[in-house]
Amino acid sequence: MCLAIPAKVVLINENRMAEVDIHGVTRTVSLSLTPDAELDSWVLVHAGFAIQVVDEEFANESWELIKQIEWIDDEPPAEASA
Amino acid sequence: MADIQAAWRDPELARHLIDLIETTADRPMNLMEVCGTHTVAIARFGLREVMPANVRLLSGPGCPVCVTANRDIDLAIEISKVPGVVVTTFGDMMKVPGSYSSLAREKSEGRDIRVVYSPLDSIRMAQAEPDKQVVFLGVGFETTVPIIAATIQQAAGAGVENFSVLCVHKTVPKALEAIVNDPDVHIDGFILPGHVSTIIGPEPYRFIASEYGVPGVVTGFEPVDVLQGVWMLAKQLQEGRAEIEIAYKRGVNVDGNPTARAMIDEVFEPCDAEWRGIGVIPGSGLAMRPRYAGWDASLRFDVTPPEPRAIPGCQCGEVLRGAILPFECRLFGKGCTPENPIGPCMVSSEGSCAAYYRYTDFGR
Repeated sequence: MCLAIPAKVVLINENRMAEVDIHGVTRTVSLSLTPDAELDSWVLVHAGFAIQVVDEEFANESWELIKQIEWIDDEPPAEASA
Repeated sequence: MADIQAAWRDPELARHLIDLIETTADRPMNLMEVCGTHTVAIARFGLREVMPANVRLLSGPGCPVCVTANRDIDLAIEISKVPGVVVTTFGDMMKVPGSYSSLAREKSEGRDIRVVYSPLDSIRMAQAEPDKQVVFLGVGFETTVPIIAATIQQAAGAGVENFSVLCVHKTVPKALEAIVNDPDVHIDGFILPGHVSTIIGPEPYRFIASEYGVPGVVTGFEPVDVLQGVWMLAKQLQEGRAEIEIAYKRGVNVDGNPTARAMIDEVFEPCDAEWRGIGVIPGSGLAMRPRYAGWDASLRFDVTPPEPRAIPGCQCGEVLRGAILPFECRLFGKGCTPENPIGPCMVSSEGSCAAYYRYTDFGR
């Protein structure tokens, strides 16, 4: 139930309602919880709302990072600031 | 984005992480996943079976419909019997049994109960059918709560008077505290929920590590994510650390989503909540603030449900707090199957009993 799906914002209408593309399917979602979301942003969608903006480049980079670090080092690749 | 997700299923990297877990996990450990979506991912990808023998993965109280108390389901059913009422909810809630019935059974007997994808659909229904009272049964953790809050605020702003919410939402961190204080359960580390943390960030879990010495790792939902979370927990235990770390940085910021949290705080205040199997956990629920009382279904409808009762023979409560594994329940796979479920953990697609039954050979 707490699953959120990545989607790309393809059109922003009135009242922060937007159309997003989820693997080729268009859905209408509210962007009211993600003030930073813009046209072409990647967002996580849950129950008709975008709940977070996802940085596609960061997603790519973190993937590359984990791949490099974990093969050569044993430091945790992504640590929360304590 | 599709390519990125594929990468998180990379078998070579998964194999490497399993090797790392084997060398890092140098002691017996009970790790609890506190999210139904993790439960399904772990079962579906067979991750429990590839763990070394000393790493035990336990399911926790992370399926929101499973932890909903009978009393709350009974109340929703009672409200559905009021003439002119339409009850709306998420699909997962329909078949979950209360004390004597379920919403699905009530629907088959003629109550107007509808499944919605988003709570906003309920507002549109209320506007389209002004002679009806539309009641949304709000269930879910922090991932879902800001959405319900935004919906209530929108209804209030638009003056939609024939819409209300029966709120049985719960929050995760207090439940973790109840688990670590449970004398029947010993947890060495928590696989923390990814999308709950998208909203709340890592901070609200910090006390579990600092006060109770139990580490946690915020974890994503692909196989590589889960393996990375397990490895980071094993590493903390090996090094004698107890911290809250994030293994799911592409979905979780250190701040969470402050706009969503502000929305929660605008509409809701903490209250005590009853969890199936755990009992009442102080401060683990959310009640609508007085300024939104006009949209609170528990105040709008004066109904009295029958005295709640436990489902005979069902051990979902023990499953939900990790005291037993699903196949250790005497009904598992015998009286209770996904086709003919008795308890909520076998009913819900995210219930741990359903996940074990569908994807594993345990208990067969």
